[in-house]
Order: sequence, then structure tokens, then C-alpha cells
Amino acid sequence: MTERPADIVDCDIHPAVRSMADLDPWLERRWIEHFRQYGALRNQHYVAGGGYHKSQPNASRRDAYPPEGGPQGSSLPFLRSQHLDQNGITVGILNPLISSQGVRNLQHSAALCRAINHWQAERWVDSEPRLRASIVVPYEDPEASAVEIGRWAGDRRFAQVLLLSRTSFPTGNKRYWPIFAAAAEANLPVGIHAFGNSGWPVSSAGWPSFYLEEMVGHAQTSQSGLVSLVVEGVFERWPALKLVLIESGFTWAPALMARLDRDWAILKSEVPHLRLKPSEYIRRNVWWTSQPLDEPDNKRWLGDIFSWLGWDRLMFSSDYPHWDFDDPARAIMFPAGDDDRARFFAANARFVYGFA
Amino acid sequence: MQIDCDIHPGTPGTAALFAYLPQAWREMSEVRGITDLASINYPDNTPLTARADWRPASGRPATTAALIGAQCLDAFGSDLGILNPLFGIQTLYSDDLAAVYASALNDWTRAEFLERDKRLRASIVVSLENIEMAVAEIERLAADRRFVQVLVLAGSARPLGRRNHWPLYEACVRHQLALAIHAGSELRNPPTALGWPSYYLEDYVANAQAFQVQLTSLFAEGVFNKFPTLRVVMLESGWTWLPPLLWRMSKYWHGLRFEIPWADRSPAEVVRDQVRFSLTPADAPADPARLQRLFEHLGSDELLLFSTDYPHAQFEGAEAYPPGIDGALRDKIGGANVLAAYPRLNEAAP
Repeated sequence: MTERPADIVDCDIHPAVRSMADLDPWLERRWIEHFRQYGALRNQHYVAGGGYHKSQPNASRRDAYPPEGGPQGSSLPFLRSQHLDQNGITVGILNPLISSQGVRNLQHSAALCRAINHWQAERWVDSEPRLRASIVVPYEDPEASAVEIGRWAGDRRFAQVLLLSRTSFPTGNKRYWPIFAAAAEANLPVGIHAFGNSGWPVSSAGWPSFYLEEMVGHAQTSQSGLVSLVVEGVFERWPALKLVLIESGFTWAPALMARLDRDWAILKSEVPHLRLKPSEYIRRNVWWTSQPLDEPDNKRWLGDIFSWLGWDRLMFSSDYPHWDFDDPARAIMFPAGDDDRARFFAANARFVYGFA
Repeated sequence: MQIDCDIHPGTPGTAALFAYLPQAWREMSEVRGITDLASINYPDNTPLTARADWRPASGRPATTAALIGAQCLDAFGSDLGILNPLFGIQTLYSDDLAAVYASALNDWTRAEFLERDKRLRASIVVSLENIEMAVAEIERLAADRRFVQVLVLAGSARPLGRRNHWPLYEACVRHQLALAIHAGSELRNPPTALGWPSYYLEDYVANAQAFQVQLTSLFAEGVFNKFPTLRVVMLESGWTWLPPLLWRMSKYWHGLRFEIPWADRSPAEVVRDQVRFSLTPADAPADPARLQRLFEHLGSDELLLFSTDYPHAQFEGAEAYPPGIDGALRDKIGGANVLAAYPRLNEAAP
């Protein structure tokens, strides 16, 4: 246990709805009725929950149920006391993972995303000045996503545009460019959070058996998404775009950069639109949030990765209220300088998100 | 002693295999115009598929034992070399067609290469489309001790740990054959979990992610517990991704081991006991100090096996080792580590 920093920006907090009816104030009658009859159909099997059963209900801490009832993360007063106050969070970014993005009916997806954005702004951020929202977009309809980004551009309650990692085409594919164009235009970072349902198996070798494999596998999926963003030239086209990979792991990044650079050196005749080495785009345009921190036998090895990636690229996140929550007091369990710690816990996020 | 674990003989086309196909299948191939099974895992003319100085004026590289002997074994000073044919038989959908072409490819490798250069060893190539037929192919060839492993591709239809594959691993153990997983995909699934990328560069990079998936699957399903003497060799996989993957696996093993109660060794222990990686491509940092740290992260100097990946263009010139791997470590990677991975290489010359 180390002394808690004075300023902690938590880049990944998950607010939950008590039920989908919480969104009704911002939904047209037809979508409320549609949801009641058909649900929100996604590229997956079950009406409720995912194909891989979580380790505990809602993948959340058993001590995070609000005293007044409802699922973990659904009560602002309890989130405030159990997390923001208790862990000394000065700014917290909300990343709602509520069925909306990736819903197959694109109009339904857009309506749900828009409602969730209102709900975040009016039920959470307006009542708690430490919180910021993410613009949830129906990313499989990039044009509608651009409209949604435009709706909130300039509203300081929103910190970023939020996508999920499992897009139906590789994330840098040209079909998604309207999203990056709109984010760049609005000067908003794009955050990509693990999960989603691409419609393809969760691995390039088919469906694994276990939740454990799904969780480990987010690292591979996020690598593929990042490779696509770089190789398709998204950062060449929008050189000022800030990309934040959330809950994706980051210890894989040095090895991936070495591999990308080496393979690019051999195959660059295929991608003449890339004017820089792949790793140069990544070092310029990409940041990572920390949770879930890997657990090497020797914690100093994690410190090696921090220094290889750069202490200016990593940002603290807790993933509250999920079960694999990282406690800010226990995140950095290896020798680190005060300046580096200050950057990791707050300064990097304040720079990336433009928080005062 | 130096053994090259990853050499790719070039198959000119299906006609080269016709002599090893039953008459009916040969006729069917001719009638239907099945002239080539080269897969998009390695399109002929990409700069990676063949190094410029190993690329013949016409046709595919490495199509004869003489070329492999001269350009690879002699040039790199290897005493033995293991052939891993990559002709795309794994993508055939029909059980029967896949099985006869796998057999023809293996018989061609034996006749055209093993019979012509005593320094060569080979993989038994199988299709996973039908596991019983794959096991039958292993049984057919296992008595020939020059076959030292069974070869499958990293991009499989189902994760390789899943139990439908276990008869294959039982056969490997029964015959002292290693299980080799090589870069490439059956392409039953796209090369990424996000679908089909636009560029071959992405396809090739994606092999590393596929290997990460396979190692996780083999660990989680308990393959290493069920078959404690099985040796798994990852070929053309890269290896610098390994430590961070093990750290992540370890985290979720700690958090979720109730799902996989048979997993009684940590992922790192399992790898040290039973998994090995070919040296090339070494997606290694340019900074030698960082490479030293990476070896500390790997926690073992026994994991790497020498390979050139001939005729693929992974490096220039005649130095296959990346800078920073010297002396005793080089000797282990070239010799002792390889002998430990392949039981059959320790036998008297076949």
C-alpha cells in the first residue's frame, strides 16, 4: 500500500440503469414499445447477459449493491460514497455499457445511444461535478454516429466519443471514418472500451469455452483493432486524433509495435499511404487506461512496460463497480517517481481530455 | 550442433502431388481443374513470402532438396533441418479431399526431400476437418522416425484446446511427436475477431494474436494437464508477446480458476515445462538492454528454438540471430533446446 495521490482521474467508471425504463424519458413511444416486445437484438445469443457467463452477477463487486436496491453502479449517491469519496477520485469518466451500441436495428441503436447520452448528462453529470460522460454512438451506423457526436460537440459534460472494441469490421475500416472525422472536428478523443459483439467469433480461432478466455482475449482483439486503425491510415488522415484504449490491456503494446514495425518494413509497398513507421503513429496518437493491470511474478516487470511505453501514455482507471476493479492505492506496486505517478494518476488524463 | 526448426519446402502445384494421389482423386483434380492450393496465408509475390536472393527466376522458391540444402542448411551451417510444408490443404472443406491431399503432401515431402538429403526431417501435415482421419494419417506415417512433429495452423476453426482435438494430442504423445502450431489460418474464421482486414500486412501481424489465443486455449482446456508429456512448438509465432500474455493469463487464472479447476500449474510454469517457440521472426526490441530485460521477463533460456523461416524474408544476409543473442545462449537455442523439444531427434539416425 502506498500513499494515495491528491489528484486521481478515474478513466473508467460504469454507471448502470436500474432497468431500461430509466431511459424512457428520452425515448419515443415507438422505441419503448419496440424494446418491450423485441428487446435490443444484438449479434449474440441470450436475451439477458452475454454468451460467456460472468464470474458474478453483472460482473460486479458483491459489495457494490446500492443499499436502496438496484444493480451495482445504478445509484449515484452510493457510487459517490463508495467510490468517489472513499478512493479520492477527483474526476471520473463514465463509460456506460448498456445495450445500445451494436444493436442490429440501426435506428433502435441510435435512439438508445441518444437516450443514454441524455441520461448520463442529466441524471449523473448535472448532479455530480466530479463526473464526465462519454458520447455513446451507434458505431455500426457511422453517419448516425457523426450526427450524435455533433449533437454534444462543445458540451463540456462529455469527455470523449465511446466505441466498443468488437466492431463488425476492423475498427480502422473506411466505413467507420465518419466517426473519426466527427470526433476530430469536435476535438474529442475517441475511447475504445473492451467488449461488444462483432458478429464474428471472439477469437480468430473460433469460440473458446471459458469466460477466462474471453477476458484474456480482449488483449488480442484490442491489438487487432489498433493494428487496423494504424494500417488503414486513420492517424495519417487525422494526425491530431487522440485514441484511448480502455480496459484493453497495454503490456502487449511494446511487442506489438516491434512486430508491426518489422512487418511494415517488409511489406510497406502495400501501404504507401503510411508515411511514418506504425509505432510512430501509436506513440503520437494512442493512450491506454491501466485496469486490468497484469500480474507478473515480479511487479517491477510491469514497471518496465510503463517505462517502455512512456509514463505519459498510461492513465489510471478503476473499472468500478466491476469485479476486477483496481484500487488506486494498490495500482503502482513497484518503484516509481513522484512525477511519473502524478502523470499516471491525473496529469495525462487532464491533458488528453482537456480537463482544467 | 544447430538444428533449423522452420524450413518451408515449396510445392509447385497440385500436379507435383499427383503421383502420390489415388487414381480417382488425380482424375477428379484434373477434371475439375484443381491446379493449385497455395493459400492467401502466403501469396506468391509478396516481399515476405520469399527473400529476393532465394526467389528463382520463375516459379516458387525452395522446391527441391538441393536448393534447401545449399541455400539454407549449408548457408546457415545447420546440421539438421525440419520441413514444414505450407501448401494450403487445411482449407479444403471436404473431409475426403483434405485427407487425400494431406497424405499426398506428406508422401511428396518424404520422397522429394527426406529421401534426397539425410539432414532433413519433416512434419506430418494434417487437416483438422476430420480428427479421426488426422489421427489415421499420423498412424500411417509414425513409424518413419524422420517425421518429428504434427503440423497444424494457428488460425483453426475451433480453438485448439477444445476437446474434439484431443485424439490428435493422444496420438502425438503415443508416437513421441511434438505438436507444431504454425503461422497461417485455415480461414474458417477471419484473421481477426473483428472480421476481415483490408491489407495482407494486417493478416500477417494477426498471426501473433492467433498464437496468443491458442496458448490460452490449450492452457484453459487442460491439454497440458491431460497430456503432461506433450511438447507444443509454436512456429513463426514471434515470442516477445509471451511474457505479457502470461501475466494476463495469470491474473485471470487467479480470479477465475473455479472455471478450470484442473489448472494446477501457473501459465508460466506450463509454458516452461511444455511449450517452445521458434526464433524467427524475432519481433525483438532494437535496444540490447531492453532485450536483456525481455529475457528476464521470459524467465527461461530454454524456450527458443533456432529457425531461419527459409525462404520467407524475415531478415537479410546470413545472420539469423537478432543482435544481443550470443555465446552460450546461441548454443542452447541452436542445439540443446531443440533436442529437448523433439524426442525423435535424440534417437540414433533413422
